[in-house]
Amino acid sequence: MEFPLAVVIGALYAAGVYMMLRRTLVKLLIGLVLLSNAANLLIFTGAGLTRGRSPVIPAVASAVTPPVADPLPQALILTAIVIGFAVTAFALVLGYRVYKTLGMVDLDELQENGAHDDSAPKPEAQAAAVTSRGQP
Amino acid sequence: MNLWLVMPLLIPLLTAILALLAYRSIEAQRWLNVCGAAALLATTLGLFMNVWYEGIQSAQIGNWPTPYGITLVADLFSAIMVMLTGVIGFAVALYSLASLDTARERFGYHPLYHFLLMGVCGAFLTGDLFNLYVWFEVMLTASFVLLALGGERGQMEGAIKYVALNLVSTVIFLTALGLLYGLAGTLNMADLAQKLAAVDDPPMRGVVTTLAMLFLIAFGIKAAVFPLFFWLPASYHTPPVAITAVFSGLLTKVGAYALIRLFTLIFVQDVGYTHSLILLLAGLTMVTGVLGAVAQYEFRRLLSFHIVSQIGYLLMGLGLYSPLALAGAVFFTFHVSVAKTALFLVSGVAERLAGTFDLKKLGGLYRSQPGLALLFLLPALSLAGLPPLSGFFAKLSLVQAGLALEQYAIVAVALGVSVLTLFSMMKIWTEAFWKPPPLPPPDLGPGSTVFRQGELGVWLLPIGFLVAVTVALGLGAGPLFALAMRAGEELMDPTGYIQAVLGEAG
Repeated sequence: MEFPLAVVIGALYAAGVYMMLRRTLVKLLIGLVLLSNAANLLIFTGAGLTRGRSPVIPAVASAVTPPVADPLPQALILTAIVIGFAVTAFALVLGYRVYKTLGMVDLDELQENGAHDDSAPKPEAQAAAVTSRGQP
Repeated sequence: MNLWLVMPLLIPLLTAILALLAYRSIEAQRWLNVCGAAALLATTLGLFMNVWYEGIQSAQIGNWPTPYGITLVADLFSAIMVMLTGVIGFAVALYSLASLDTARERFGYHPLYHFLLMGVCGAFLTGDLFNLYVWFEVMLTASFVLLALGGERGQMEGAIKYVALNLVSTVIFLTALGLLYGLAGTLNMADLAQKLAAVDDPPMRGVVTTLAMLFLIAFGIKAAVFPLFFWLPASYHTPPVAITAVFSGLLTKVGAYALIRLFTLIFVQDVGYTHSLILLLAGLTMVTGVLGAVAQYEFRRLLSFHIVSQIGYLLMGLGLYSPLALAGAVFFTFHVSVAKTALFLVSGVAERLAGTFDLKKLGGLYRSQPGLALLFLLPALSLAGLPPLSGFFAKLSLVQAGLALEQYAIVAVALGVSVLTLFSMMKIWTEAFWKPPPLPPPDLGPGSTVFRQGELGVWLLPIGFLVAVTVALGLGAGPLFALAMRAGEELMDPTGYIQAVLGEAG
């Protein structure tokens, strides 16, 4: 079972990196999602797969009888999935804000660093920009 | 369980929650922010004294026995870093009262700030690699929002770069974690140190070194190490100065902390390879950072490039890998965070006075604000390493350690970069403070750049506090360096750390 999963993980990493190297903002975000899922699967597989043996100590015994599935990687992935979910949600909203503010989704059109310093909006304009985000 | 270990996490959490509950009242949130930051500073001092007098402290969360539960552990290095968080957190909280616009305050700056501090403290205190990942995420998520808060054009462009690269680094970190768990079956750092030290099969040692490289890349991105630093100068100058200042003081240092922790505790199998590579990266980081700074004429971007350059010095201490070098790195971390944060705060005052961060348009600040000029000059000279300020002693110990190990190349680079640092600090000095104000004089907009009665004091007070810390670090260098030396020795010999975590069994 490890081998097909390894292939899947490799494909996910490759696809994620490929997507991140594209110019479109949306593809960058999709790439991030693919990469984080690939990492989760990797933790799952890397710790070894044991099917159908839950690590629960039977009532009559004082220890589990090996082989049992390792519960820790599953706990780790659960945490990582939740965090990844939240971060992805934030990244999507940020992507949308970038699109709304800059009016484009092409990453190559991002200005060189600091190009905006001269045309930086006045404090009043900044305040207006912040308030225009609407009520949370 | 030692309460001192938990307090630096609980206090920011509680403050953030209370600030969220007081979401409608900015006034209440401001009070909470400052009181919370002051309480954090007090507890971090308490934790530091505790560790100083009683040695390495550890606590098992939920009372799970090691290595199964989450461990919090504070050795001297951790305690110093947490104390640094307290100092910077307090100063910037105070500074943000006057400098931040109401719109940002209304949209959750205060709670986010404390979530950020909690993440930073957690990363410094945890003794478990997966837990470190979680704290990193807490810190990063808070920093993402702080960076993007306000939604200006520049901020959006900076934020997308910052978020994308940091998320990549997180994925690499997670990948390395998964593989390491598959290899060792544990993620408790002390336990890992023992398990990996027991690996003597040459192919497996190669795997361990490969994993070490994955971690080096993951934390290298976060610490802004050459050639992975590009996100930093592209994003750090975009948010308001208070936020930039706390980022510059703390965030990259968390990456550097993780590198130092991992490469002194866990990945010490192949020092000849890994630490030489780190030393090489250190040299390149210093040089590229400072050369980037030399070309800049924007106050905050110039300082951002210097953050990169100074990360090189921290890595130099790690790469040299001797007690003196690590002590130098510890001392340097504290010194540079304080000095750099102070400089960023000064840049904010300059912007408020003259309406621009462009050095070519600034000028005459020495004449109009001699006090501010002094507050700039002390940390700037300290950063360049002039005696008797703190930077001198930090760099001196690094150079001495380099000479003792006969690593002359890195010593030469470190000294050369110091000169260039001095050059670029002097550039700021002559451009912003010394030269007459450019013509036409900066347009003082209708009431927007004039300080209200007593307001300047609120701006200058936190800078004064940080500058006082810098000066004290320089004047009290003897005893303080002895302290750093103790931290360096603890790092070089992790048996104490392992015993404190694993107890008698370890």
